[in-house]
Amino acid sequence: MTAAVCPACPPGHETQIASLPDARLMLSVPEIHCGGCIVAVERALKGVPGVRDARVNLTLKRAAVDAAADIDVDTLTQALKTAGFEAHPLDPGVIASQSVDAKGRDLLMRLAVAFFAMMNVMLLSVAVWSGADGATRDMMHWISAAIAIPAVLFAGRPFYASAWGALRGGHLNMDVPITLAIVLAIATSLSETMQSGPHAYFDAAIGLCCFLLAGRYLDHRTRARARSAAAELAALEVPRATRLDKDGPQIVAASALQPGDKVRILPGARVPADGIVVEGHSEIDRSLMTGESLPAAIEPGQTIRAGEGNLTGVLVLRVTAAGKDTELARIADLVAVAEAGRSRAVALADKAAGLYAPGVHILAAVAALGWWLATQDMRISLNIAAAVLIITCPCALGLAVPAVATAASGRLFRKGLLVKDGTALERLAEVDTVVFDKTGTLTVATPQAEGWQCIPSSERGVARALADASAHPLAKGLAHALREAGIAPAQIAEVNEVPGQGISAKWRGMSVKLGRLVDGASTAQLPMASSGFQIASGPIRVVTFENRLRPGAEALVRALQSEGKRIVLLSGDAAAPVKAIADRLRISEFSSDMRPIEKAAYLEKLANTGAKVLMVGDGLNDTAALAAAHVSIAPATGLDAARTASDIVLLGEDLEPIYGALETAKKARRRITENFTLATLYNVVAVPLAIAGLATPLIAALSMSLSSLTVSANAIRLGRR
Amino acid sequence: MSVLGILIPVSLFLGGLGLGFFFWLLKRGQFDDPDGSANRILTDEYDDQPKS
Repeated sequence: MTAAVCPACPPGHETQIASLPDARLMLSVPEIHCGGCIVAVERALKGVPGVRDARVNLTLKRAAVDAAADIDVDTLTQALKTAGFEAHPLDPGVIASQSVDAKGRDLLMRLAVAFFAMMNVMLLSVAVWSGADGATRDMMHWISAAIAIPAVLFAGRPFYASAWGALRGGHLNMDVPITLAIVLAIATSLSETMQSGPHAYFDAAIGLCCFLLAGRYLDHRTRARARSAAAELAALEVPRATRLDKDGPQIVAASALQPGDKVRILPGARVPADGIVVEGHSEIDRSLMTGESLPAAIEPGQTIRAGEGNLTGVLVLRVTAAGKDTELARIADLVAVAEAGRSRAVALADKAAGLYAPGVHILAAVAALGWWLATQDMRISLNIAAAVLIITCPCALGLAVPAVATAASGRLFRKGLLVKDGTALERLAEVDTVVFDKTGTLTVATPQAEGWQCIPSSERGVARALADASAHPLAKGLAHALREAGIAPAQIAEVNEVPGQGISAKWRGMSVKLGRLVDGASTAQLPMASSGFQIASGPIRVVTFENRLRPGAEALVRALQSEGKRIVLLSGDAAAPVKAIADRLRISEFSSDMRPIEKAAYLEKLANTGAKVLMVGDGLNDTAALAAAHVSIAPATGLDAARTASDIVLLGEDLEPIYGALETAKKARRRITENFTLATLYNVVAVPLAIAGLATPLIAALSMSLSSLTVSANAIRLGRR
Repeated sequence: MSVLGILIPVSLFLGGLGLGFFFWLLKRGQFDDPDGSANRILTDEYDDQPKS
């Protein structure tokens, strides 16, 4: 990078893209899970020359690296790959804005204050409960007031702000009864204390605050983790393009391209805009866009579209459509349409809150009115209203649901699944049909070489060396197979790759070739892709390839089938490979050559028959379907658009965690219902007492703490095996 | 009962000390990577940068 060695150069595009001196680079390493991994990752990173320090954050599964300016992220990911860890570079700009989780710390601080105050007030209250009276009781009450009032004012702010916002907007939310309960409890307790009365609810008010803040903090942590993970994934791909200007090539953002611009695309890069190839030959990987598993040969005059991957040769493209006009953007619009059509799921807790908030207000008001009519005593009736509000405090809603969600999503996170949407778990529990995409989802990009054993063992090293040198998926598949077999590459020279034809080189003075050596007529009879290998003018060895299944794909399909779930395979690929995979996985329902809009239509049809569909897909052709499904999962290797459209992102290579996720979701749902039942039981016992005027501060404190503790304990059970 | 006049302020002061200590830890970033801290204690390598 020129800018890095010349810090005095005027800033331009180059300097913005180049890493800053002493940049703290961030890597996402989803596979770290133990103390040993921490050491291994840090050692691998520190082993890279130029790296001054590396620090792993196990909670966020990230590594921060302090490195010299000339170290780029690819060196680091490569180093981690050799150490056996998959790593993704993160955009430090995006991370920097999130590394200081200001809201989380703020909540934690308020929680600490509330907890401190609650413990002290509870201690003082013990004296009152155990029979202190007269001046002693008044003194305890006054000290409690002195601790509780400032604490409640400070700690309860998030509730007051939210309740005020809801009231101004003219509707009720959970925080309105909470705020009312706190304010009323503090006000009546204060007036009781002034009149030397026995009923002061300072402990209950601050306890309410503390338990609800704990729920709020858990909720925030779950959401923040999911959100930052999603933002990190978004930061993985920063679309850039090399524009060929009159005064030389310049790196610009893909969004800055205009029709008519000329763009150079290097092998391995994504096509930044739609256009026509004007120079160069190459092969284009369309697997993410259409689901085709084999690359297509490209020559001048052909059209390529944004998002496709360039494999083997350098291309020069004349842009015909950029930004919003590309095919890519048009499919994104389709996603928006599909999303608008999906009825937004309402979280169980919100449904409960919708019934709960008005109910509690009416109950408290009726109780207060009844007592006022009966006794004509304002003081007693307000006391009763406060007691009712405190006893019916929505701890079960405010603490139990976030506790379950945290436990469940924490468990999924350990398995490599990121839950992006709050209601996704609840929707996942209802799934009865699972729709899979083929390319990139059930299968991986590099195909599996079959019958490479036909290459004599003396020639395998040469084949490995040739295959290693190419970026073509078939060559990669062969290289993978040979590497697995432990074959070392031979020394070759003068490597030359002809896009669409293959790769050739010199080995011990003989010319060696790998690629399309057999003519079209004979390959057409083979059901699968094939590649020829030849040394000098010796016999041609034909290696055939099959789509390689993702690890865990077979186990996942088996497990889902044994549960009686309906499984469908929808692919944009040609009929033969789709059928081969469906047969291998014993999936009876499958369709090939599906266009994006057809996939989405298929899902809508399923939804109209009442099926709750889980869509698993990674490509652009899946995005509309992902958005249309009841709930959706995308692997992290997929396109941005697919990850954005889906509810859950799968980080690792293995598909099997999806089955575990379904199980966890069902358990989480059961725990939430159990918690609601528990909370209702407490209310059924305690509310009549409160209305009857028998709820002493001791009963209020006991019922609240006990119900909060039981529901959280029940939620925590989920996180364990 | 006059002993309460001493004990209550003392207990409040001690509690407040704990609260202040917690704030200090929060600011030092001790709660940024709870899982990592739990695991690092088991590794053989000397951790010369326990914070951050």
